[in-house]
Amino acid sequence: MTDLADLTLSEATSGLQGGEMTAVELLEAVHRRATMTEAQLHAYLNIDRPGAARAAVAADSALGKGAAVSKLTGIPVALKDNLVTRGLETTCSSKILAGYLPPYDATVVGRLREAGSVIVGKTNLDEFAMGSSTENSAYGTSRNPWNPERVPGGSSGGSAAAVAVGSALAALGSDTGGSIRQPASLCGIVGMKPTYGLVSRYGLIAFASSLDQIGPLTRTVTDSVTVLEALAGYDPADSTSHPGAVPDFRAGLERGVAGLRIGVVSELSGEGIDPQVQAAVARMVTSLEGEGAKVTEVSLPSFEYALSAYYLIAPAECSANLARFDGVRYGLRRDGDTVEEMMANTRAEGFGPEVTRRILLGTYALSAGYYDAFYGQAQRVRTLILNDFDSAYGQVDVLVSPTSPTTAFEVGARATDPLAMYMSDVCTIPSNLSGHPGISVPVGLDDAGLPIGFQVMAPALGEEVLFQVAAEVERIAGFSERPALANSRADI
Amino acid sequence: MPIDIDIAKVARLARLALSDEELDLYRAQCEVVLEHAALVQALPTEGVEPTSHPLRRTNAFREDVVTECLDTEEVLAQAPDRDGNYFRVPPILEEP
Repeated sequence: MTDLADLTLSEATSGLQGGEMTAVELLEAVHRRATMTEAQLHAYLNIDRPGAARAAVAADSALGKGAAVSKLTGIPVALKDNLVTRGLETTCSSKILAGYLPPYDATVVGRLREAGSVIVGKTNLDEFAMGSSTENSAYGTSRNPWNPERVPGGSSGGSAAAVAVGSALAALGSDTGGSIRQPASLCGIVGMKPTYGLVSRYGLIAFASSLDQIGPLTRTVTDSVTVLEALAGYDPADSTSHPGAVPDFRAGLERGVAGLRIGVVSELSGEGIDPQVQAAVARMVTSLEGEGAKVTEVSLPSFEYALSAYYLIAPAECSANLARFDGVRYGLRRDGDTVEEMMANTRAEGFGPEVTRRILLGTYALSAGYYDAFYGQAQRVRTLILNDFDSAYGQVDVLVSPTSPTTAFEVGARATDPLAMYMSDVCTIPSNLSGHPGISVPVGLDDAGLPIGFQVMAPALGEEVLFQVAAEVERIAGFSERPALANSRADI
Repeated sequence: MPIDIDIAKVARLARLALSDEELDLYRAQCEVVLEHAALVQALPTEGVEPTSHPLRRTNAFREDVVTECLDTEEVLAQAPDRDGNYFRVPPILEEP
């Protein structure tokens, strides 16, 4: 018999609505999986057993009455711990927020609750979402369920590990430079960053406001659509929320790719990409062509400067956003004789090394005399990147590339070299600078048994074609392998 | 492009009380990153408008009506130090 923790979200929805299982049973299966795997994975910072139990009972009651239910009713979902949850500790994996009980729910959390989903707990991340491995957490590193010696990626590494191993059926993450797509790739699941503005950021603790976007991590493309349907839509509480119509995410799922124009990004292939990753991506491109897509190689020359521009823009915005952590209203406080000393002592003790480094970088890049040479120039490069995208989307419908230049690397391998760590996001950063949607779909394993992710990118509000191609990639790849840790059975 | 950061000044601006050893380490690391980031300066951008935001939108307005707001007690319960309905901090102004 299938362990319920191994079901996809769609299978679980059918099972719950068909009366084959209850939300309480499903939650128990997920809790059992967490109990078996957490000691090795550390995907969660906090599992909210009482809250989840109440939500599961409420979901069963709604399902039993034949009341109006959604596809998410009774589905166990994990939340990255930079999404605020009313009365449930939210730390951003930082000491500066230890013990913080938010007085409100993020908009996306409210939407999940209204949809009847069961919030399992809060997942680990790189502190304030700054990192690509989850090693920057103040509360310990999460591990990759395919091989616990490896990182799960980051910064949404806890969310990716939980979904991959079955201690949640879906999770939310946030993506500022690839922080949903890259861990999804390294953990062998589907991770999706929507168009900027499509999902409200209200209640997402801000890292870089012009780049941050919330999105789903799931086991399948259809499940990604189901979660995004619940999240997307205008929110007056977020001034950058998209006020227009939401795309039809589901319409293209069964359509195939015949006649579609697919562009392979030449700047994101070859040099710097692991040969096995490169080969897997090339095989998928050939298969897509075999299904009738018109494939061309497309050059976006300014991509070469995307990483540099990102590492000016993101720290600049981070230094401004994190100014709010000053020991006055919430979180840690360390004493000082003056208010300035109190703030400086609090911040020095509360922030970890990567966050400190980025605040310093951003403060420098924004300071008098350097603003135009660094931040101003980075913003002009951002325009060039947008222009490159616009011109590419004049010729093709979607762009494809690897999601990550390598598969999961070993814990500690890049920990002391910030620049090497930053290179982890070279394929994903351009879509953050442009605000466009992107998705990572698992397409196979390398020789070490580690998952390889395939990235699809589309123009702003192009989610319909994005999911259309992603669904076909998923169908062709037929990726059904499960991580070793997911098979650790109840005999433990 | 060689980068030379006055790291003590930057730390002061950022309100971070760091030790001399920490300042040295962060200066070295930030210089490496900034030297890479300075690659952006190689691109000719004369006449290119900066993009601060991907959506290129302007202000969002709403009707000027009272809406639900956060519960004062719930908010202040998170304060490290409070005095009634105020957040309490060390002296900001010196005694005259």
